Amino acid sequence: MDMQASQPSHATVSAPSVISAAGLGLTFQTNDGPVRALSDVNLTINKGEFVSFIGPSGCGKTTFLRVIADLEQPTDGTISINGMSPREARERRAYGYVFQAAALYPWRTIEKNVALPLEIMGFSDAEKRERIARTLALVNLTGFEKKFPWQLSGGMQQRASIARALSFDADLLLMDEPFGALDEIVRDHLNEQLLQLWARTEKTICFVTHSIPEAVYLSTRIVVMSPRPGRVTDVIESTLPRERPLDIRETPEFLAIAARVRDGLRAGHSYDD
Amino acid sequence: MMRALSWQSLVAVLLLLAALFQLPLANVPIAMTAPAVAWTTLILVYGFLLAGIGADTFMRSRLWRGIVLFLCAHLATVFLFTLISDENGLARPGFYVVLAACWLLAWRCVEILSGLQPRSRAGRIILALIIPAIFGAWILIIWEAVTRGLGIPFILLPPPSAVFTKLIFSLSVIAADVNQTIFKAVLAGYLMGCASGFVAAILADRFPFMRRGLLPIGNLVSALPMIGIAPIMVMWFGFDWQSKAAVVVIMTFFPMLVNTVAGLAVTSTMERDLMRTYAAGYWQTLFKLRLPAAGPFVFNALKINSTLALIGAIVAEFFGTPVVGMGFRISTEVGRMNVDMVWAEIAVAAIIGSLFYGGVALVERAVTFWHPSFRNGKA
Repeated sequence: MDMQASQPSHATVSAPSVISAAGLGLTFQTNDGPVRALSDVNLTINKGEFVSFIGPSGCGKTTFLRVIADLEQPTDGTISINGMSPREARERRAYGYVFQAAALYPWRTIEKNVALPLEIMGFSDAEKRERIARTLALVNLTGFEKKFPWQLSGGMQQRASIARALSFDADLLLMDEPFGALDEIVRDHLNEQLLQLWARTEKTICFVTHSIPEAVYLSTRIVVMSPRPGRVTDVIESTLPRERPLDIRETPEFLAIAARVRDGLRAGHSYDD
Repeated sequence: MMRALSWQSLVAVLLLLAALFQLPLANVPIAMTAPAVAWTTLILVYGFLLAGIGADTFMRSRLWRGIVLFLCAHLATVFLFTLISDENGLARPGFYVVLAACWLLAWRCVEILSGLQPRSRAGRIILALIIPAIFGAWILIIWEAVTRGLGIPFILLPPPSAVFTKLIFSLSVIAADVNQTIFKAVLAGYLMGCASGFVAAILADRFPFMRRGLLPIGNLVSALPMIGIAPIMVMWFGFDWQSKAAVVVIMTFFPMLVNTVAGLAVTSTMERDLMRTYAAGYWQTLFKLRLPAAGPFVFNALKINSTLALIGAIVAEFFGTPVVGMGFRISTEVGRMNVDMVWAEIAVAAIIGSLFYGGVALVERAVTFWHPSFRNGKA
């Protein structure tokens, strides 16, 4: 609770805030008594930022993302998305959510899966076709429209799920360890593509991960969290340029940020030992 | 090129040799006056069997070996049966020994055919049909041999040939029975029972108070003894097919209800959260996620019900019916000791039941093609 460096002065000059949480807390009532998943989180995320949430399991990073998405209700504090409550934001389809697994429906082809949110939101057929083609091109899946999810590799499935989250053009993209189950090489490739996609679409992205290199490579800001109870221990501004080739990960600047993230994680851990 | 003799061929040769010490294979009926015919037949039987063994040992192509074996084994069987066709109870031990040799060659034939891997789709389908057909045919052949050869009383077990003859000569009666029982009672009851079970499941899912109230009552209905329900339904809905359809509705309702309720619960939290992030409503989530996911469960109920409906309608006809219907025919023909007619109705019911089940299974394959059990192990 001592390091709530949530609003670094130099990042908030002009960009409007997309997410702002103040004193946010969430306590789950379980059979073993109450469990504090989030405690006193103060954070503002501005438009166009790429913010990573990193921390050991149980630190509340996924819970925080789910609170933003109105999949969990906070028990303390306030949070607003584009100035609305999470519920209103969800009902206005303010965000796209990418889960840990692709969660594509196996009875739908790839294009039909991407069309799912469009069908629910009542887009016209012509617009559906246009958006499917555009978002599948964005994740390099053109040509796989008629395939079923189980005919594709894990990496392709996750790309299709990203296309699905992008198809209705929400300005906010919430990603919960989307590449956690994929191997290193596929992951590098998808990280690179994600950065390009972010640069092209200028979306605000919240990205949960437990990989330090992934967080440092992708983010403009890294939020380090620690468990029991889930709280923010450090917020690190990235000094890396927006244009990031994969080998930027060998530069001293990159390694310095990674070291700071690691220190932040260690500080969170020493708390229980 | 000579291969090692297959064990079936080897045993068949030994059986044929053994049978030579047991001649004649069958007693000569008194009316029979041309013993040369029996000898010619015997030579033909031995000739076909030895030809089959020769083909199995010397032919190269798997396909042709299978075809020749198939023809030889079954032609030999046909000629063998002519020896005992005049009267019941003619067969002597040698008959069964030679029949065993025929059966071994048919076994060898199935073994060879099973090993084939046809490239064309048509070839695969023919193979998938012919192998179980040979199996089924041999059950009938052995049944025929035992009933005819031993002269088993007709009332206990009629030979399949007699059942088949009866079936052909009573086609018009059987067609009327099928129309009454299958196309009126079973079909109407099945459609109404499955549809109402399905709708009840969705209501139970939508309204929690329905789930609490309806499921225990559904459970109770399923536990009602059909023997008790059927006469009551006859009193309520009259003697015609409507009362049988009512019994079928009661029998098929519960499996559909329980399976659909279970199917609606199979979606994962993540899949449901996804719909929530799109702010999808109850019905959108139902139609786009939960019903498709429940498909395999619904089809399971449809398959279970296809056989249940048939049983229900036939048994219900024991409790009062106009003078037509499969259940009616079975109950009256048993009383008149016309067991061949009973067996003919049973055979027709079995065939229609299998076709019904198979039809539902085909639709299932087409609709739930995406389910792991149908997509050849692809994750």
